Amino acid sequence: MTLFGKRRNVLPGFGLSLGFTLAYLGLIVLIPLAAAFIKTAGMSWPDFVAAVASPRVVASYKLSFGVSLLAALVNAFFGGILAWVLVRQTFPGRRIVDALVDLPFALPTAVAGIALSAIYAKNGWVGQWLEPLWVSGVHDLSVVVPWVDWEDWLGGKIAFDRPGIFLALTFVGLPFVVRTLQPVLADLEPELEEAAATLGANRWQTMTRVILPELMPALITGFALSFARALGEYGSVVFIAGNMPLHSEITPLLIITKLEQYDYRGATAIAVVMLVASFVLLLLINLLQKWSRRYYRV
Amino acid sequence: MALTTTSTLTTKRVPNRRVGPRVIRNPLWVRVVFMLIAFLFVACFLVLPLVAVFTEALRKGVGAYFHAFTEPDALSALRLTLLTAAIAVPANLVFGVAAAWCIAKFDFRGKSLLTTLIDLPFAVSPVISGLIYVLIFGLQGWLGPYLGAGEHPWFGEWFNRQDIQIIFAVPGIVLATIFVTFPFVARELIPLMQSQGNDEEYAALTLGATGWQTFWRVTVPNIKWGLFYGVILCNARAMGEFGAVSVVSGHIRGETNTMPLHIEILYNEYNFVAAFAVSSLLALLALVTLMLKSLVEWRAQRGLVESP
Repeated sequence: MTLFGKRRNVLPGFGLSLGFTLAYLGLIVLIPLAAAFIKTAGMSWPDFVAAVASPRVVASYKLSFGVSLLAALVNAFFGGILAWVLVRQTFPGRRIVDALVDLPFALPTAVAGIALSAIYAKNGWVGQWLEPLWVSGVHDLSVVVPWVDWEDWLGGKIAFDRPGIFLALTFVGLPFVVRTLQPVLADLEPELEEAAATLGANRWQTMTRVILPELMPALITGFALSFARALGEYGSVVFIAGNMPLHSEITPLLIITKLEQYDYRGATAIAVVMLVASFVLLLLINLLQKWSRRYYRV
Repeated sequence: MALTTTSTLTTKRVPNRRVGPRVIRNPLWVRVVFMLIAFLFVACFLVLPLVAVFTEALRKGVGAYFHAFTEPDALSALRLTLLTAAIAVPANLVFGVAAAWCIAKFDFRGKSLLTTLIDLPFAVSPVISGLIYVLIFGLQGWLGPYLGAGEHPWFGEWFNRQDIQIIFAVPGIVLATIFVTFPFVARELIPLMQSQGNDEEYAALTLGATGWQTFWRVTVPNIKWGLFYGVILCNARAMGEFGAVSVVSGHIRGETNTMPLHIEILYNEYNFVAAFAVSSLLALLALVTLMLKSLVEWRAQRGLVESP
């Protein structure tokens, strides 16, 4: 690309392909997205604030952001270990596990939602022993730290409550950390670790002080991607969340609820808040990716 | 590229570092613990849901399983899903090739902005992807009032007699699906075509080929695996999309229900066997997608090894 950038390009079809691309992008993506902003611009400021800052909406932001953050953190930790195992260790079935990592991209969210709720429900394979543990754990916590309403915070069950949302969001964000870390891990120079070992570092020191800092840009990028994906997720969550207003109602669901009540303005106003949040995240992720590309080239 | 992981087809081949010298290997117990954690994570979040879909679907036997597919509503959902994908995937395929052609083969101002804008639909929540079409084509929307039959002074008599339904009808479902699957082919092709450069096209043109001949006989054979890769991912998402389609569909049984929406209805009616039976079809599609994807990646890696 850079080789021919300065020279006059003799390839045909530039005008046609660029024109078609811009027209298609405009009609399918840009004009419809602009509609959301224009519709909201027609609202008066007090109306807008009332629509996007009512207690039920604010509760949904807190829930969506909080649980997405938690799910992305868990994905960063376990996804990091999974990526390490896939790149640096040998075991039977490695290729199959590697292929399975992309399942959340390929499996429709509705299917994931009902499958997860079947497993983690009270009578499900995992839920039947995990749920009693969870309930007693939350109860014990309430005894030890009684001034916090733990049952409200952590949920009284697993499926059909807040922990269910966490499970669904972890599922949808799972591939991102693994897939951003894998190429970086594979490119890691063994000399780096050898040098650390020769200089007297033990394996723990090499892992935490040499390898982990080296992986940081990719890890943060993967975390941000996973967070952004979780924030907008709808399909898998509605089946497993319980969907109680003010408690386990995520923001995308609230948009749908408003639409079903024909409150188009209210729905669009919340959508605009979400869109702005996603665009800021998109910008941040772009910067992160630029940073990590520069970082790994050196 | 925003909101995506690096394209697998253009990454370098991974050298094998698994069996390094002893100093850069973790102690055995650490390796075992890592492996156990990884396996537990994969089992809880990936394997169990997949297995659960098929077990729940077959809970009441093979008869009940296949009965779910004989229902007219299920068949119509299947037909609509296939129709939607059959329109959305080729549309985004043509777009993807055009976008990749101008972005990878030419230099112009605003190229990186254009690349970011193409990725935009991945950053938008599926629910909002549906909502924006309701804002345009819905009854209260920009174009909504002109779509129904009635007196519209600016249009001809023929147009005024038509009652065009977009929202709560098939066109809306197709549009929302095109939106959510918009970047798939383009973002697979752009890095691939950039890494291939323009040399072969220049050679073809110099030897007297026309533009179309160059495209069909030089470019397309070079990018065919990338195209295939983008198409299978695009197709999987198009057939499985739930949130965006849910907003624009109107959930009319037998008419505007795609398979994921049909699953929701069955599930909410406590018809779990049928819900999981229809789900198992989509889970199979996901598995086939993953298999084809791995196959293409494996082939691409081997191709890179063979060429110097």
